[in-house]
Amino acid sequence: MLLEPRATPSRGMRLAAPLLAILLTLGVGALLFIALGKDPQEAFHVLFIGPLADANGWSELLLKAAPLILIAQGLAIGFRARIFNIGAEGQLIMGAVFGGGVAIAFQDSQSAWLLPTMVLAGAIGGALWGAIPALLKTRFNAEETLTTLMLAYVANLILSWLVSDPWRDPGGMNFPQSVMFGDAALFSMLFEGLRLNTSVFITIAAVLLFWIFVSKSFLAYQVTVGGLAPQAARYAGFPASRTVWLSLVLSGLTAGLAGVGEVAGPVGQLNLNISPGYGYAAIIVAWIGRLHPVGIVFSGLLMALIYLGGEAAQMALQTPAAITGIFQGMLLFFLLACDVFIEFRLRKPLEKRRAAALARKALP
Amino acid sequence: MIEVLIPILAGTLAAATPLIYAGLGELVAERSGVINLGVEGMMLIGAVAGFAAAVETGGGAGVGFLAGAAAGTLAALCFAVITLSLAANQSAAGLALTIFGIGLSAFIGQHYVSHSLPGLKPVALPLLSSIPLIGPVFFKQDMGVYLSFVFFGIVWWVLAKTKLGLMLRAVGESPESAHALGFPVFAIRYGAVLFGGAMAGIAGAYLSTVYTPLWVQNMSAGRGWIAVALVVFATWKPGRLLLGAWLFGGVTILQFHAQALGVRLPSQLLSALPYIATIVVLVLISRDRKLLQLNLPASLGKSFVPGR
Repeated sequence: MLLEPRATPSRGMRLAAPLLAILLTLGVGALLFIALGKDPQEAFHVLFIGPLADANGWSELLLKAAPLILIAQGLAIGFRARIFNIGAEGQLIMGAVFGGGVAIAFQDSQSAWLLPTMVLAGAIGGALWGAIPALLKTRFNAEETLTTLMLAYVANLILSWLVSDPWRDPGGMNFPQSVMFGDAALFSMLFEGLRLNTSVFITIAAVLLFWIFVSKSFLAYQVTVGGLAPQAARYAGFPASRTVWLSLVLSGLTAGLAGVGEVAGPVGQLNLNISPGYGYAAIIVAWIGRLHPVGIVFSGLLMALIYLGGEAAQMALQTPAAITGIFQGMLLFFLLACDVFIEFRLRKPLEKRRAAALARKALP
Repeated sequence: MIEVLIPILAGTLAAATPLIYAGLGELVAERSGVINLGVEGMMLIGAVAGFAAAVETGGGAGVGFLAGAAAGTLAALCFAVITLSLAANQSAAGLALTIFGIGLSAFIGQHYVSHSLPGLKPVALPLLSSIPLIGPVFFKQDMGVYLSFVFFGIVWWVLAKTKLGLMLRAVGESPESAHALGFPVFAIRYGAVLFGGAMAGIAGAYLSTVYTPLWVQNMSAGRGWIAVALVVFATWKPGRLLLGAWLFGGVTILQFHAQALGVRLPSQLLSALPYIATIVVLVLISRDRKLLQLNLPASLGKSFVPGR
């Protein structure tokens, strides 16, 4: 064992760990590109600089960052309380299904109320899908990591059934997809010719609300204490089941909103490619953002850049789309490794030798 | 009637085999006190490594199993270094391993999408296979199924009957006490985690070189997670794990026979059955808190830093 505990957790390390993890990920990424026979300098330019060269790039960045940040805000509340919702992808899909269902039911509607109704339905759909594991946890003690994830698979299959049977577009050449939504069911574009739309304001509002919630409310404090010191929380009479419900329903709700943002935004219909794994990537976003509403904004932008870079590399370097997942996994892995040094430090070899010498002397 | 049952039951056994491998590996890791949520990722890495090795060498499923085990062990080593030597959060690290494994396997697998392998022929064991019903179900299977029985026997015997098993269980209950007794806590936990990786790798290789036998992106389709759930369902006992795996194999196979049995449900909803069944059995077993607490390795998920 090479570690020894620090007297107090290191604040500097808490902030330095994400940066270190990013550097390590880039380093190993460079090795990966060399192994693939690509020039790493060119690869990094394609991955991280090229995507932001024009206004369209920045629009795409914000378009991808918005759902990631939104979902991660909700997840972070649960993670503070040690409630591991890892099925946000399923809650996103159910949000999309509920919101998209409204759009399909009122296809010909021009009402200004259509989109708000979709948003509300999506929030309810996501929250409901999060409420199931909350019920199973509080009533039956079932581990939420496994139930949320299993429900993500179920949600995906429900979506797949809906778009290939009852909601399939009759004029869609038998593809598993719904009709394209009308204008009243879509968020309006912010700028001429760019895909960025008004759903980004939902994310901005969420960041502000979560910031106020986390820094000002007693409820958020109870949740955090419940995670850091469960026994103290129990002693203080903070109910554990309320924390479970709050964490899972809130994170389901934000994921559901993100789902509506996709189907009523860049996707414009229900199909099988609603989300490129935003629900899973948001877990990493929450962690790298230190579970803090503002930190998550930065980590969400970084993760969006990894997605954009992955797409750009696919076209420019003919690397497969999976490279995004490799970078995401490495980033979380390295972050966890670096996080260890918040509470521990490396044992100095010299001290170790001295301690061993002392121990030998003490023995007869 | 028996003629209808035999293919269903025999299919159940084959469908259960990857769950037995992956579940046994995770069970050993968890008995040492380490929860590894990276089973799904290790399975996929094992699946692609096994498939690639079998295609490139032409050596068949045997080579695939070896390559899958080696790749799974390597993946588990990454997990072990950061959770054991660096005492990182086990749940989060397992998740990272799964995300990484999905990406890496898809990355390597893109070259193998159009290939296929011959798989393994069933081998009828002499005498045993001629027993009515039991014979054709249990003893006309491929070597991968028989090997999973062998591993089941070894794991059961080591855990229940050997000093190594006793030490492993002691480490899982209380690493502090085990350390004080002079047991090599880190070596045992490393060994258990690496064994878990090797078994998950073989589970993946069985899928890609025998069961399907094709490489398809994300082909484990949640089986790694179901294996983790099975360990809880089994209350950390190998015998119950075997029963649980057969139960899930049965649910998986049932969806292919549902049409013939007159069930009129859309195929997607039938495919959701194993996941729903996982939730149901988790609920059934978890609601009995006493039963769980009695069997749960007491140090599960907690890092061990001597002298803290």
